[in-house]
Amino acid sequence: MLVEIGHFALILAMLVALVQGTVPLVGASVRSRALMDLARPAALLQFGLVALAFATFMHAHIVSDFSVRNVFENSHTAKPMLYKVTGVWGSHEGSMMLWVLMLTLFGGLVAGLGRALPASLRARTLAIQGLLGFGTLLFIIATSNPFDRLFPIPADGRDLNPLLQDPGLAFHPPFLYFGYVGFSITYSFAIAALIEGRVGAQWARWVRPWALSAWCGLTIGIALGSWWAYYVLGWGGWWYWDPVENASFMPWLLGTALLHSAAVVEKRETLQRWTVLLAILTFGMSLIGTFLVRSGVLTSVHSFAVDPTRGVFILVLIALVIGGGLVLYAFRAPGLEAGNPFAPVSREGALVFNSLLLCAGMATVFLGTFYPLFAEVWSGVKLSVGPQFFNATFLPILMPGIVAMVIGPVLAWRRGNLMAALRRLSPALVGAFLAPVVIFLFNRTAPPAALLGVALAAWAMLGVLTDLADRSGLARLPMRTSWRRLSHLPRGTWGYALAHFGVGVLIAGIVVSTAWRSERIESMHAGDSLEIAGRTLRFVGVTEGDVANYHVERAQIVVERPGGAAITLYPERRWYPVARSQTTNTAIATNGFGDLYLALGDSDGQGGWVLRAYYNPLVPWIWFGAVLAALGGLVSLSDRRLRMRLPAARAPVTVAARPVDS
Amino acid sequence: MIVRRLLAAMLLVVIAAPLVHAVEPSERLSDPALEARARGLSKELRCLVCQNQSIDESNADLAHDLRLLLRQRLVAGDTDQQVLDYIAARYGVFVLLDPPFAPLTWVLWLTPPVLVLGGGGWLLLRARRRRRDPAVPDLTEDESVRATLLLGEPR
Repeated sequence: MLVEIGHFALILAMLVALVQGTVPLVGASVRSRALMDLARPAALLQFGLVALAFATFMHAHIVSDFSVRNVFENSHTAKPMLYKVTGVWGSHEGSMMLWVLMLTLFGGLVAGLGRALPASLRARTLAIQGLLGFGTLLFIIATSNPFDRLFPIPADGRDLNPLLQDPGLAFHPPFLYFGYVGFSITYSFAIAALIEGRVGAQWARWVRPWALSAWCGLTIGIALGSWWAYYVLGWGGWWYWDPVENASFMPWLLGTALLHSAAVVEKRETLQRWTVLLAILTFGMSLIGTFLVRSGVLTSVHSFAVDPTRGVFILVLIALVIGGGLVLYAFRAPGLEAGNPFAPVSREGALVFNSLLLCAGMATVFLGTFYPLFAEVWSGVKLSVGPQFFNATFLPILMPGIVAMVIGPVLAWRRGNLMAALRRLSPALVGAFLAPVVIFLFNRTAPPAALLGVALAAWAMLGVLTDLADRSGLARLPMRTSWRRLSHLPRGTWGYALAHFGVGVLIAGIVVSTAWRSERIESMHAGDSLEIAGRTLRFVGVTEGDVANYHVERAQIVVERPGGAAITLYPERRWYPVARSQTTNTAIATNGFGDLYLALGDSDGQGGWVLRAYYNPLVPWIWFGAVLAALGGLVSLSDRRLRMRLPAARAPVTVAARPVDS
Repeated sequence: MIVRRLLAAMLLVVIAAPLVHAVEPSERLSDPALEARARGLSKELRCLVCQNQSIDESNADLAHDLRLLLRQRLVAGDTDQQVLDYIAARYGVFVLLDPPFAPLTWVLWLTPPVLVLGGGGWLLLRARRRRRDPAVPDLTEDESVRATLLLGEPR
């Protein structure tokens, strides 16, 4: 019964979305207040209905209702409750449900919070969001209905892919989708602004919080995903340039560019067209990412849904969303106000430079991801594009961006002075030069690329600190004055500082863990020991047992280091009999500066076990950096300037919008 | 020559052992330099039966066979490129994770630099065109004093 209610709610939501996507658009063009005002209740109702459908679907998973095909295919009575809940989005149907839930959530949020928006802009934004919702819901109901029933009802389920039965993987999709789909609302704002023919500072002020929240979600989602890959896949890597990773990375790159260029529109009323284009493309990339993951056109460790009809449907949706957006852009963008001029060396100039690099980087990732597909279509040759390609092209593209990222914030708007900026940054310059030199003195075999990376990381981190010290007048003014100045800096400045510092931390983590990791792979018997990174690992033995829905082999390893207390680690291997698959569960000991990473391999049947031991220095900094960056986004989001002006701006803008309407 | 034959004999022993997991201790060559090259190469070869893994990471039987094969080639005295060519000739270019620069991949390798240089050049041209017709002239000294009076000191 509940399942039917959910099913019905989903269909109803689709119809509401159709109304939401058409009536307010007509209303806005004939300037009928009543028709425009339909958008808000419709968006809230659509969210309510989708939430209801999602809740009943989740309920079916929690009570293991195997009459629902999706539950039968992805669950099992013996599965722990946590994974019964998170297993909801572990399947194709469920993850599409999560997708549309986020889509309608953002629509509902704009409907609920966007009271200050001019009526026509709000109506058009919500209408576009409604159309996106209609397309997605139609896709779900037509090709991937989560409420399909089964008869006769099976006694037990087939269990969820064991790789997905893990806290890291269980929790990263909601963040990822919050980010992915969050960019739908910036898309809707961009399309609405194109229809209105106005993109100004005020528009950017409305769009920025949404872009920021989506960006934070995506950052956290990607970080969680890579952390999962790091501790689950069992050989200590954390990024594989896998199509699914690239799928989330491409919108992130464009979203980062969007975030910054929207800030320029807000502060300087320039780059309007560029920002609108970025908003369209960012969501386009989110859709392409979904297509990539859901259609299974590219081989990937993550793709667990392969179905051509779904792929074709999503392709049509992408063509409509991106193509429609770009056609509208081509017609309307030339009519947008020209931006205020600025010199190449200026804060705007630095942001444009970085926008260019982020877009070129995104295009490179896109090309590398899809090239095997293109090549096969036009030549019939199957080829691979692996990490080597991305490292050789993407990294050099982004490096100048890291350099500019530090200089940009200390340049003046409109026209800056590069020499003066570098002089202000001289402590960071010195640090960026000294850091690799010191490392080289201690380690003469250090690879040049790693030294360059260290210099960039030091530059990014010290650059932020130098800028903060400079803004607060540290060492120039009395301590108390500079402290007061520092605490009075706007939250937006703190957000920038945290995020940019986080990028430096991230780079340090990437460079050091890649260049200086150590590895031992040995066959161990009880009582054997091996040395790695100054630690002695003593292999005590392996015990076996049955837990919940799997069989476990667990090794006990005592780790001793001179001058430190001994710790015991338990790397495991699990066998899931229902799903017939095996997982490695690594054991990681971290102190924040490096990870000792152990993975248990195969047994030789005579008491010998393969043990993989890695020491990954600074690897936790990768995730610290990502968290700092996301935190920076959140702090910016809490800036008074983004919140307070909303109600204050109501009166003048509605007046100003009138001549455009008539 | 004798060394090489000895190594080949060792390899045979290795092949005889039953193995199923990624980079097994028993697969390793005794010569550390050769083994380091083998590890580097195995990161550049794709495991054909897996989703998206190099043979260095994979625990499939095929990956194991390929790891042994490339070590055999190294022991036989092949250069890195010869080993890659040898394996690509037998398993197709699909095994090469690092796509070679060939007519089929020209677009792949050349697009990123073209994008960066083209985009950068376009921006420079635009900036230069803009400078030639300045839409908003700089403030005169008098104007900037008045602006300061109205707006306060620039922060």
